[in-house]
Amino acid sequence: MPTIKRTKFKLTSEQLLEMFYWLKLIRAFDERLSILVRQGKVRSGVYTGIGQEAIIVGTCFGLRREDYICPLHRDLGSFLMKGVDPKVMMSQMFAKTTGLSQGRDSALHSGVNELGIFGNTSMLGANLPVAAGLALTFKMEKTDNVVVAYFGEGASNVGDFHEALNFAGVQHLPIVFVCENNLYAYSVPVERSMAIDDVADRAESYGFEGVAINGNDVLAVYQSTQGALARARNGHGPTLIECKTYRWHGHSEHDKAFYRTDEELAMWKSRDPIPTFTTFLLARNVLSTEKLKEVEQRVTATIDEAVEFALNAPDPAPEEAVRDLYA
Amino acid sequence: MPKELTYLEAIREALFEEMRRDPKVFVLGEDVGEYGGAFGVTQGLFEEFGDARVIDTPISESAIVGISIGASQRGYRPVAEMQFADFISCGFDQIVNQAATLRYRYGGRTSVPIVIRAPSGGNVGGGLYHSQNPEAWFIHRPGLKVVAPSTAYDAKGLLKAAIRDDNPVIYFEHKYLYRRAKGTVPEGDEIVPIGVAATRREGDDITLLTYGAMVAPSLEAADRLSKDGVEVEVIDLRTLSPFDKDAILQSVEKTSRALVVHEDVRTLGIGAELSAVITEERFDSLDAPVMRLTYPDTHQPFSHVLESYNLPDVDKITTALRRLAAY
Repeated sequence: MPTIKRTKFKLTSEQLLEMFYWLKLIRAFDERLSILVRQGKVRSGVYTGIGQEAIIVGTCFGLRREDYICPLHRDLGSFLMKGVDPKVMMSQMFAKTTGLSQGRDSALHSGVNELGIFGNTSMLGANLPVAAGLALTFKMEKTDNVVVAYFGEGASNVGDFHEALNFAGVQHLPIVFVCENNLYAYSVPVERSMAIDDVADRAESYGFEGVAINGNDVLAVYQSTQGALARARNGHGPTLIECKTYRWHGHSEHDKAFYRTDEELAMWKSRDPIPTFTTFLLARNVLSTEKLKEVEQRVTATIDEAVEFALNAPDPAPEEAVRDLYA
Repeated sequence: MPKELTYLEAIREALFEEMRRDPKVFVLGEDVGEYGGAFGVTQGLFEEFGDARVIDTPISESAIVGISIGASQRGYRPVAEMQFADFISCGFDQIVNQAATLRYRYGGRTSVPIVIRAPSGGNVGGGLYHSQNPEAWFIHRPGLKVVAPSTAYDAKGLLKAAIRDDNPVIYFEHKYLYRRAKGTVPEGDEIVPIGVAATRREGDDITLLTYGAMVAPSLEAADRLSKDGVEVEVIDLRTLSPFDKDAILQSVEKTSRALVVHEDVRTLGIGAELSAVITEERFDSLDAPVMRLTYPDTHQPFSHVLESYNLPDVDKITTALRRLAAY
């Protein structure tokens, strides 16, 4: 079996800046949502991915429109990167008619077929068999499109994980399985839910490669993903990329996360993916203080506009509660 | 040219014809490939359509359903086989949480055209895990359709309708009928529409509502009652969700008495719902309480002696009809 080639997939300055913009936008979007929950403007269903943005940016960057993503509940940023308007995503969180669910469900339980986004349920890992089905159709059509399927280390203990990865291995499906290992399944630390150190090790039993990488390094995530995508596009089947990371907030916004120490949180905040990347870009003169300011202004404006739009968007008509059950 | 087929052959013919008609239709499940399925339903499909469209899966019911859902999001119409309806519990989450809710939480922007074939029913010496009738679980879940043919004609026509339907359809095929039910089946596109019951015998005195393997003994019991001068109208529901309320209510208006017969267990079986609907909507027409003859609230024992004790049969149906006639 060929191993993942650590080829340097070159990025132009413009691309690096674009990555930077996405990191900033996704962070700011989640931070704003967190405030909106505290203000009582967004009811619930907010599971931020603050601290984990490098995984989304590194994996989604450069995906085709035809490629499919199957995000997990913290991956709001992947919707944005795949082409959903921030106004629509904000509306989704506000349960407005302009959101993807039109008020039917919160969070990321909705998708967009035209943009290659599948919306999962709250049953973590249940998106993985669906991802296998999507990838099966790419294989049937002999296209070189790929499915990128996300799950947490917690979901890697669910039966669906095993069934999906096993099938993907047997069928050599074009899938990249991305594990966002943020060390906690709600309150349960990884060492109490797994007897091994790396989720990546599980890939071997399905007959494909698994790698564990620094999930807070956007370029490392990008490089690994590009390698895995190339393999999948060339018919070499799935890869599991385990991205080690940490979620700064609780499981959801109402969770105070008392199960972990301040020291642990502080240590992981010192590994914040954004300043690391900022320093890298500044040192390479890709980013300047002026450009940084520009990006931050653009991000704030985008989010302000999205909130404004969502706040003013109409609530669904009450009778919509019983519609759209059947085609 | 119409021809004589068994119920099982009729299912197979529907699969052949639909797969020839629409390249987006494919079959997946355990042992459905070269082996031709545990009951032989899919025999010959592999030879004609190959392993890309007749897919042997690992023992992974949840993945079988999840893969079907994924493929459906790219315009495919998968027909998944649960080897036994009893095993459908292993795919339950994907059916009730993923498939049933998808359109709703997408705000009506998608549909889930999948069929899940589930060989169900007892009287075949199958014991606890090869005899179940789990239809009520799925009737109870909005977003799903449930059908249960009783004749070869309907087995073919309903499967074709299910495959062409844009919603998830659970297709309960009764194992007892596989080789015992034979009948004339038209060649080609004879569709039996979902949601339409069939009156198998007309009568003015009692409405008997049933489906699946209970239709034949119900007709036999009705003939016995006829000798007593009581004419029983036997309605084969064919579709359990959405059931044909108009046909049921019209018949009850005429007869003023109703008996529901089903092989599923009693408590919260479809008999309970039909009884409630008739009572709510045609209370003034009724001369007697709506009665039920069902499997008792117990499991499906292996011993023929024990199973026969539980199964509704001609004698039991006759007794129930006489009781209702005399009320």
